[in-house]
Amino acid sequence: MSRETEVHTLSVPPGGTSDRAFLDVRDLRVHFGTEDGLVKSVDGLSFQLERGRTLGIVGESGSGKSVTSMSLLGLHPRADRKGKGGAILSGEIWLDGQELVSATPEQLRALRGQKMAMIFQDPLSAMHPYYSVGAQIAEAYRVHNEVSKAQARKRAIELLDRVGIPQPDSRVDDYPHQFSGGMRQRAMIAMALVCNPELLIADEPTTALDVTVQAQILDLMRDLQKEFNSALIIITHDLGVVAELADDIMVMYGGKAVEYGPAKSVFTEPEHPYAWGLLGSMPRLDRPVQDRLLPIPGNPPSLINLPSGCAFNPRCAYKEACGTACTTVVPELEPTDGAAKHLVRCHLPVETRRTTFTEEIRNHL
Amino acid sequence: MTMTWEPGGSTGTEPIADTPTGAPTAAVEGRSLGRIAWNRLRKDKLAIVGGIIVILLILIAIFAPLLTSIEGASENGINTNLIDPNLQIPIGGMGGISSQHWLGIDLPEGRDLFSRIAYGARVSLGIAFLSTLLALVIGVVLGMVAGYFGGWIDSVISRTMDVMLAFPVLLFAISLSDVLSGTNAFGLNGNSLHFVLLVFVIGFFSWPYIGRIIRGQVIGLKEREFIDAARSLGAKPSRILFKEILPNLVAPILIYATLLIPTNILFEAALSFLGVGMKDPTPSWGQMIDQAVNNGLFQVDPEFLIVPGVAIFLTVLAFNLLGDGLRDALDPKASR
Ligand SMILES: Nc1ncnc2c1ncn2[C@@H]1O[C@H](COP(=O)(O)OP(=O)(O)OP(=O)(O)O)[C@@H](O)[C@H]1O
Ligand code: SF4
Ligand SMILES: [Mg+2]
Repeated sequence: MSRETEVHTLSVPPGGTSDRAFLDVRDLRVHFGTEDGLVKSVDGLSFQLERGRTLGIVGESGSGKSVTSMSLLGLHPRADRKGKGGAILSGEIWLDGQELVSATPEQLRALRGQKMAMIFQDPLSAMHPYYSVGAQIAEAYRVHNEVSKAQARKRAIELLDRVGIPQPDSRVDDYPHQFSGGMRQRAMIAMALVCNPELLIADEPTTALDVTVQAQILDLMRDLQKEFNSALIIITHDLGVVAELADDIMVMYGGKAVEYGPAKSVFTEPEHPYAWGLLGSMPRLDRPVQDRLLPIPGNPPSLINLPSGCAFNPRCAYKEACGTACTTVVPELEPTDGAAKHLVRCHLPVETRRTTFTEEIRNHL
Repeated sequence: MTMTWEPGGSTGTEPIADTPTGAPTAAVEGRSLGRIAWNRLRKDKLAIVGGIIVILLILIAIFAPLLTSIEGASENGINTNLIDPNLQIPIGGMGGISSQHWLGIDLPEGRDLFSRIAYGARVSLGIAFLSTLLALVIGVVLGMVAGYFGGWIDSVISRTMDVMLAFPVLLFAISLSDVLSGTNAFGLNGNSLHFVLLVFVIGFFSWPYIGRIIRGQVIGLKEREFIDAARSLGAKPSRILFKEILPNLVAPILIYATLLIPTNILFEAALSFLGVGMKDPTPSWGQMIDQAVNNGLFQVDPEFLIVPGVAIFLTVLAFNLLGDGLRDALDPKASR
């Protein structure tokens, strides 16, 4: 592999900082050496994101969404030279002109919280049970700012107020379990925002919440993103969540992007059969049950032994249409002819995809 | 799920609607694990009995001089006048028990047994506490480091623990004390040297037990999401180890300490019995048994064996009762 050379030479962006996106991920691979074999959790992912924009990453369980976000933050322990005991990382992650795959643990630590932060799925398990909510937010502030405890506490109260916690100056001393689920997620957001990070990653931020609260949290995140002008990555199973919030959508399958493009065109004119399945399995309240679900048959693929050819082929209803290519040749992520930025990884001819979607799929959604 | 802890049973539908007034009730019950544990422990009669005995023993050790003077005896005071010169047994039978000698006197000097037990408690408990403390410090730090960092660091520490657990400790202790007997080391000699030696030998050989337990706990804890969350905010490894992980280890450390102390009391007794421990006239419980057996005193009167034996037995039992109770009380998985 060319990993060694890449890692050590590319510390300065070739074209200077200016023409690179704020977040520029190039051919990211995250593999884990396990007893059963090499798990290719993320395998050749590329995407770009500017400040003030939102990327939605969608995919089934096990498609590599969380591994992607964890590796952006550099949270995986790295494997040793034999490839054991952690993640084997390759590719490039450029954040505001700094390359992160080759950064040292201390450089990454200094960036975490300050430049980039994460909102976790389940705030109850992501907060320390023995410290008050305010103490945790204040501590997150003090990691990167040399201020007194009193100042940090003031900042915590300020943020709790900003994320909509009522009576923040008394609730600041509450423990996480004393908050409701929605308030905890608000507090978690406050904790992530306390140092004004420019990249915010939310890994299923609303999955643990019930529906009414979900909408409020998403609204809050949208407002805060505007206010802070941060780049936001939202990870979810639910296309509905990202359709509203995201500027771009990336659909992941088996560690790879299978469809990537502007949210509007991915959501209204999806071209990959897996994306159709995702859209179809999205519950729609305006249809009777039988009509509205078009679930994807079969199980997510093994990341150790991906099916040959297109990884989706064992579950794809359209593979017959392109001969043996689906089971023998790995399709590339290629532009569709319409929107230049809409990329799809499928052997079906563009025309066939369009007509299949408009004639067969759309009616069932 | 943990949702049951929520104030007023709110399911969190509308955050704004969560009345802060609902919080105080939850705060009383939910605030500290310690409070919950105490409420459980209070209902465990055996553990409470164990705890009371432990406290009494500690008080006896601390106030040994006071108790001895209340009794009207003195430490190591020689009372040959109370011993029948012909039979070589305490005058009046019963091992010489009287209002001035609550547990009788020993042979051949006629020293007060109660004061020897009380002063012996200082030595026996002192060695057990200090060696346990030493074992805890080494075991917790190395166990945390091994569990958290993993890899070769873990391998080195874990293999060291294996070696220490397989080490013939008794032989080592006996030879060490032989080598050092009659000499000065660390600026100490005689019984103070023995005391320090016992603390170090016992502590040094019992840390691997706690080390293993802590290592296992840390391996589990570091997978927990709040650790990832702390790391995602830029927390340093030292902070994660000592501020995030360590508070979660208080329960196993407490439980293990109460179970290690009696083990170490027995360890000290065994070493003293083998002649490695404290030397007369400084009493320790193990050494009193040693004298009863090896000087044939127990044939004169079994009391010489029974008194220190019961002291050790009671202490070990009391700590174990307390430790078991603590384990049940602090175990989050135990149903109440
Ligand atoms: N440390 C690891 N070692 C080995 N395999 C791992 C490791 N971390 C993740 N994986 C594997 O990588 C794959 C992708 O996991 P990931 O958590 O990214 O999925 P996900 O898309 O976030 O799914 P979900 O929607 O369930 O959160 C999974 O098959 C998982 O088993
Ligand atoms: S490449 Fe073939 S198998 Fe894969 S999604 Fe397209 S049609 Fe289906
Ligand atoms: Mg995930």
